[in-house]
Amino acid sequence: MVERRPALTLITHLLLLLGVMVVAFPVYLAWVASTHTASTIAQSMPLPLWPGAHGLDNYALALLGGVGESGSRYPATLPMLGVSLASALIIALGKIAISLLSAFAIVYFRFPMRQLVFWMVFVTLMLPVEVRIGPTYQVVADLGLLNTYAGLTVPLIASATATFLLRQFFLTVPDELVEAARIDGAGPMRFFRDVLLPLSATPMAALFVIQFIYGWNQYLWPLLVTTDESMYPIVLGIKRLIAGEVYTDWNIVMAVTLLAMLPPAVVVIGMQKWFVKGLVDTEK
Amino acid sequence: MDKRVQFRSAWLPWLLIAPQMAVIGLFFFWPAAQALYQSLTLQDAFGTSSEFVGWLNFERLWEDASYLASFKTTAVFSLLVATLGLSVSLGLAVLANRVVRGALVYKTLLIWPYAVAPVAAGVLWLFMFNSPMGVVSFGLRALGLPWDHLLNADHAMALVVMAAVWKQISYNFLFFLAGLQSIPKSLIEAAAIDGAGPVRRFWTIVFPLLSPTTFFLLVINVVYAFFDTFAIIDAVTHGGPGKDTAILVYKVYYDGFKAMDLGGSAAQSVVLMAIVIALTVVQFRFIEKKVQY
Repeated sequence: MVERRPALTLITHLLLLLGVMVVAFPVYLAWVASTHTASTIAQSMPLPLWPGAHGLDNYALALLGGVGESGSRYPATLPMLGVSLASALIIALGKIAISLLSAFAIVYFRFPMRQLVFWMVFVTLMLPVEVRIGPTYQVVADLGLLNTYAGLTVPLIASATATFLLRQFFLTVPDELVEAARIDGAGPMRFFRDVLLPLSATPMAALFVIQFIYGWNQYLWPLLVTTDESMYPIVLGIKRLIAGEVYTDWNIVMAVTLLAMLPPAVVVIGMQKWFVKGLVDTEK
Repeated sequence: MDKRVQFRSAWLPWLLIAPQMAVIGLFFFWPAAQALYQSLTLQDAFGTSSEFVGWLNFERLWEDASYLASFKTTAVFSLLVATLGLSVSLGLAVLANRVVRGALVYKTLLIWPYAVAPVAAGVLWLFMFNSPMGVVSFGLRALGLPWDHLLNADHAMALVVMAAVWKQISYNFLFFLAGLQSIPKSLIEAAAIDGAGPVRRFWTIVFPLLSPTTFFLLVINVVYAFFDTFAIIDAVTHGGPGKDTAILVYKVYYDGFKAMDLGGSAAQSVVLMAIVIALTVVQFRFIEKKVQY
């Protein structure tokens, strides 16, 4: 702070608190709704602003599935959380693994067409799933990967951002380490495993947060490649609850939505330091 | 940029890049090439026969009023998302940059929406504006402003814009905050000594020095509005009422997978690809400039 202006500081705090509350309000409301019965919500004008007493029943119904008040059947959310967790982990770890290998090759080896390889990875930035959905779906279908974890994850595993970040990082690793490793008789893979990997812990953690959230929040791709309910990630579960049926049990919808938001929020807040660093470094 | 010391091996680098190349080739380049090819052909609804038709799909797009309308919708939508999102986040970042006490707490309380899936953001906002019991729509009705996003196109657009902005606030906030913190304190102090108040300092020093960050975020937000908001639109409005919130990506999906017009959908994909390439080129030319500066 440049000068003391107590009044301005007070206003700053008040405005920030207001901002925080406005940002949090939709989630607070969702939590309130998830603790009432569906009929309370449907008949209330407007919705109650204080939590009710039916939270446990609602979350049990949302997690384990069953018949709601309106008589509509709800699928269990627990397996969907499992699918989301598994695919987000495969996507995040897969991206980090293949990007580590290719960044290592690009930085530490001289081989023909190295520049071409680098540019090919770069160009994928310009081809998000959305601009090639039809043909990519066709490829996955032809390979028989619809409704499989491979189909859900592998097409999303290539990562230009992760490759770039790791390449930038490898370029800052002192050359003396390579020389020392060579003198000690270590081959390239030994150097990679014993020197480079331990050094890369921070960028890897940063990438993990960003890519985990990327994987967890995928929507369009799972919408195309999964038709079997047992392979739905939870984001599709939300969509299915509000589509189709005329009557919506909002308490269950909100419980499922909050359940879907919880794991990535925990990852972001728990790994905040790496997350912020990773975000600003990758400019992703 | 090369390392001075490198390893030598004829086969190892190829093995190392093989997984990345396989994924890219199979799921990026081949489908992109297919999209280019399909955009020049006409297929029947069952995909059994296709015929080369040249630019016909693009000409049809050009004459299709709903496609041109979708362009306009996308432009309005992304402009609103970018300007609203950037202004709100810049305001919050400036405030958070001012406080000393509790700065980390505010930061933590503002970054979590980054983790929210777009579809969840859409559902949360839909719930607040849902009639008859949504809290905000109830409040608006009490003020004499009946809210109906199912029939009123402006209301539907406002709703998806709010959900999209809300989700993107934390991202913009973090970049603005990082940008603000990299502005040298001495400049601000010098201006303060010369008698410039906080508002004057903001517009004459902070805002111009922040312009690289703002420009970067502008491009990112436009890309976000173009592509990553599909889930919000699909969950909240299904592109409706009518086709009034059907942005380009929604239309590619709808025409390709619901209406089964593969050639038309592929042609739209190609147009979108051109847009992404243009945006990426703009962004990278700008980053090169920033390095020189």
